[in-house]
Amino acid sequence: MPTLFQQIQAGKVWDFHGGIHPPSRKERTNQKPVALLDIPDRLYIPLRQHIGVAGKVLVKVGDRVLKGQALTQADNAMAVPVHAPTSGMVLAIELHTSTHPSSLAEPTLVLAPDGMDEWRPRKPLDPEQVDIYTLLERIQESGISGMGGAGFPTHIKVNVKQPVDYLIINAVECEPYITADDMLMQERASDIIAGIEILVKLLSPKAVLIGIEDDKPIAAASLKAAIGQRDNYFVREVPTKYPSGGEKQLIQLLTNKEVPAGRRPLDIGIVMQNVGTAFAIAQAVLDDIPLIHRVVTVAGETLAQQQNVLALIGTPISDLLNACGFQAEPQQRIIVGGPMMGFAIADWSVPVVKTTNCVLAPTENELGAASEEMDCIRCGACADACPASLLPQQLLWYSKAHDQDKLAEYNLSDCIECGACAYVCPSEIPLVHYYRVAKAEIRETQREALKAEQAKARFDARTERLEREKQERLERNQQLAAQRVAQQQASGQASQSAAAVQQALARTQQQSDQPLDKAQIIAERERKKAEALAYQQQKQQAQTATPAENTAPGTAEDPRKAAIAAALARAKAKKQAEAQPEAIEQPAPAETAASDTPDMDAKKAAVAAAIARAKAKKQAEAQPEAIEQPAPAETAASDIPDVNAKKAAVAAAIARAKAKKQAEAQPEAVEQPAPAETASSDTADMDAKKAAVAAAIARAKAKKLAEQAEAQQQTEVKATTQQAPSAEPQEPVAPPEQDAKKAAIAAAIARAKAKKQQNSEPL
Amino acid sequence: MSFKIASSPHQHIQKTTAQLMKLVAVAAVPGIAVQAYFFGYGVLIQLLLAIITALLCEAAVLALRGKKVKVKLLDHSALVTALLLAVAIPSYAPWWLVVIGTAFAIIVVKQLYGGLGNNLFNPAMAAYVLLLVSFPLPMTSWLPAAPLQQQSLGPADAVCTIFTNFSCSGYSISQLRQDADGISMATPLDTLKTDLSQGYTTEESMKKPVFGWLSGEGWFWVNLAYLAGGLFLLQQKVIQWRIPVAVLGSLFGFSFIAWLISPDTNASPLFQLFSGATMLAAFFIATDPVSASTTEKGRLVFGALIGGLAFVIRSYGGYPDAFAFAVMLANMTVPLIDYYTQPRTYGHKSKGAR
Repeated sequence: MPTLFQQIQAGKVWDFHGGIHPPSRKERTNQKPVALLDIPDRLYIPLRQHIGVAGKVLVKVGDRVLKGQALTQADNAMAVPVHAPTSGMVLAIELHTSTHPSSLAEPTLVLAPDGMDEWRPRKPLDPEQVDIYTLLERIQESGISGMGGAGFPTHIKVNVKQPVDYLIINAVECEPYITADDMLMQERASDIIAGIEILVKLLSPKAVLIGIEDDKPIAAASLKAAIGQRDNYFVREVPTKYPSGGEKQLIQLLTNKEVPAGRRPLDIGIVMQNVGTAFAIAQAVLDDIPLIHRVVTVAGETLAQQQNVLALIGTPISDLLNACGFQAEPQQRIIVGGPMMGFAIADWSVPVVKTTNCVLAPTENELGAASEEMDCIRCGACADACPASLLPQQLLWYSKAHDQDKLAEYNLSDCIECGACAYVCPSEIPLVHYYRVAKAEIRETQREALKAEQAKARFDARTERLEREKQERLERNQQLAAQRVAQQQASGQASQSAAAVQQALARTQQQSDQPLDKAQIIAERERKKAEALAYQQQKQQAQTATPAENTAPGTAEDPRKAAIAAALARAKAKKQAEAQPEAIEQPAPAETAASDTPDMDAKKAAVAAAIARAKAKKQAEAQPEAIEQPAPAETAASDIPDVNAKKAAVAAAIARAKAKKQAEAQPEAVEQPAPAETASSDTADMDAKKAAVAAAIARAKAKKLAEQAEAQQQTEVKATTQQAPSAEPQEPVAPPEQDAKKAAIAAAIARAKAKKQQNSEPL
Repeated sequence: MSFKIASSPHQHIQKTTAQLMKLVAVAAVPGIAVQAYFFGYGVLIQLLLAIITALLCEAAVLALRGKKVKVKLLDHSALVTALLLAVAIPSYAPWWLVVIGTAFAIIVVKQLYGGLGNNLFNPAMAAYVLLLVSFPLPMTSWLPAAPLQQQSLGPADAVCTIFTNFSCSGYSISQLRQDADGISMATPLDTLKTDLSQGYTTEESMKKPVFGWLSGEGWFWVNLAYLAGGLFLLQQKVIQWRIPVAVLGSLFGFSFIAWLISPDTNASPLFQLFSGATMLAAFFIATDPVSASTTEKGRLVFGALIGGLAFVIRSYGGYPDAFAFAVMLANMTVPLIDYYTQPRTYGHKSKGAR
């Protein structure tokens, strides 16, 4: 069994389902040279002539432009520019009927040629010397889009990442009448091959397959001669059958592959380009001639001279027809494109655009208008002719019934609108027209569905927002109420015994037994960190307000550093406050805040960050340990000198007790083991005094957290203030030979702050 | 200047429904001629009656439905329906038989279902079944082929018999069917069926003069003429090969197997192919596009079903010939067949067991 490539090399050509054999009538135009026309009086150049978006207009009314000068600029990947086909003056940029089945008006540049046909400077490229990107850029800047029909921007189609097996050059030209590509191949075969070589450089395919119908022997021979000894260039003559020039059909003919539904040829390693596009690429690269003209077949028996002409882009159809001796008859039809897929135009002032390959002005005899539509007799001739193997008679039935589900089931979207079914229909049913309408209806339905979905999402979001805001208001009110109650109680009660502590501990135990969702724990942890930082900031502000704080540590430490640290902490807190809503849901570590302050001196920032971290961690560390082993972790305690030991001890005890309380209120803290170690390593290289300060801060923070816990759990409010005395006896008094006084001051300050904090708390 | 707008494609093959129907009628001409030769001028009178009735009924219903009567009448579909029913009815059957049948075919089976293209059943065959069930005697009173007839019947006799039940010489239809011994002669298929039920072997039965050469005096040539017409339709691409080939193939296949197993109680496959309405059904009736399957595979299934049913009913059913029933039964299955034989669309995977 030979491989596919071997079969292709051996010259095998496959077949596709269906197809028709309409009279081709190509002999009228394929033996005459391509005629040149006079430059028309006006050129109407639509700003968008391809699939995609229009470029930005570069000229203004009244400008003189040179031949080949870009009129628009491709500021977008899907844009290709249009160029001045000849030199002249920009008369207007206005709406003009488009060369499109819809006949909608679209922005069009009107150019008044000056007859000098003066070129802008041209910069030919040598494809051997330049890289792929230069070539792609040149292709885009030359305004090249697919010239076979759809007008897809070529630079996108040839800028591929996937490997390409076959580059197929579509020279089939299967529509009756049209010989524009045929003539191009007969006259400019070597240029076409040069263009294909550029495509090969861009795509590196395994082989180049040139598909051409066997009714063009001269063109095929010209191409073969131009190819010469090139390896893996194959000219494949396919039997004359419409629509063998359809992209999918030609792929099937030449490679026996099918493009899976909803995919592109590239997905099966194939890129197809029209032969006219290859020629345009050669001109753009080798001669720097942008796409400003194209060969157009002008045919039909109302013309004295049926022929191919080289028409400037923008030439009105009327000029083309008149140049060929047009004599209109009553009920005259003018068709742009071929008789199978072309569209009739009502207004012949529409211009030749990049995709215009043919203009037909047939007599009534020649291409009879459709007679009256009769009933479908289900003869199935359409199904036999359909190249996509659809069942047109079923599609007709469901199109008339507007049954979109059934239309989808019968694959309406795979219809390529080639018109073979309508051509063979004995009842002269305009099948393709029905399908177009049905497709438009389906698009409309989909659009509506999308709109409805968006509206629903909007509505849901709004409802949710309103509900959330209501909930927030409610929570705030509750909190305020709770805090008021807490204040009242705190001022009233002073001492109850260890029983309360025991009670609290028991509760803690109970609560920690309850399994907790991990995400919740993380969220809670983050929240606490955030709060810690926020508090830190508040405290720092308080420090600046009472300078005693800065001077109290009174060490060799540079006060500037402290100030910076304070500033940093503030910045962090601010940052954190901003990030607060997210922090609840998605843990955003408070530490990262430090890295977010860019314009700080690195060293100072590092110090400050370390301090902030240490504090935060200290806080976290204090919580779990407070429960089971109340004292050991307290580095702060070890700093306390014996002279003022008592005071400090009391302060530390209070802090611990509070931390305990905090831990009790938030049992999940038990499960935070990690920070303790890192905290100690962070504190290791710090001055002892700093550590003292940190300890004080940690205590204060613990207090703060405890207060918040109070607010949340009113029932435990009492315990907060009562724990201090009971915790005191447990205090280990093992002070080292540190400067006791300073530590004491720090502790005092911490207390003062805590108090102050407490007072200012019910915001 | 403003121009006329039309939707693509702007080119049409010049073969309209009316032309297709006319070609079908033309292709039936040899068959009708041979039938008239062997079974008398009655065929032509039945044809005339059927066509007149069909056109009148069609015009009346179209007018009632508010359609363009002239345009629709000229699609010639009513003509073909009338033609098919007329040739299926015994040539000297009373006039009201074909009138009732045609009116039923056009009004009920075709127009009440929505007109051309919307009828589920083949109108001619539905009408035939109606007549056969309602009026079994006149519907089975085929005269023997001309060489076997005792009285020679001219055109005047045909008119008299059809409109008065008696020929100009005063013979009734049952008298006309008698042979020299005064025994009523049935069609070959009928004769064979009766003989087999009475214990004769096929070979013994086939010795009767009514069988003539191969498949029945006259009937062989009638079938051959319809075969020729059918081949003409194929050549003209009015019909596709799948349905006739499937009908004939399956009838041949089934009867061949049966004949191999028991040649004494089963007719030979060639006898089956060239007797009764086989060729008419295979090329003219089963290929009616409206009531047949529309997919390529479906047409094969549809045709094979008709052939198989025809064989079963001929061999084991209560009626000597069976194509009307076979076609109607197959018509009923068309929506199902069409659904399950959808072709694989380009670029799609096979639909498999959908």
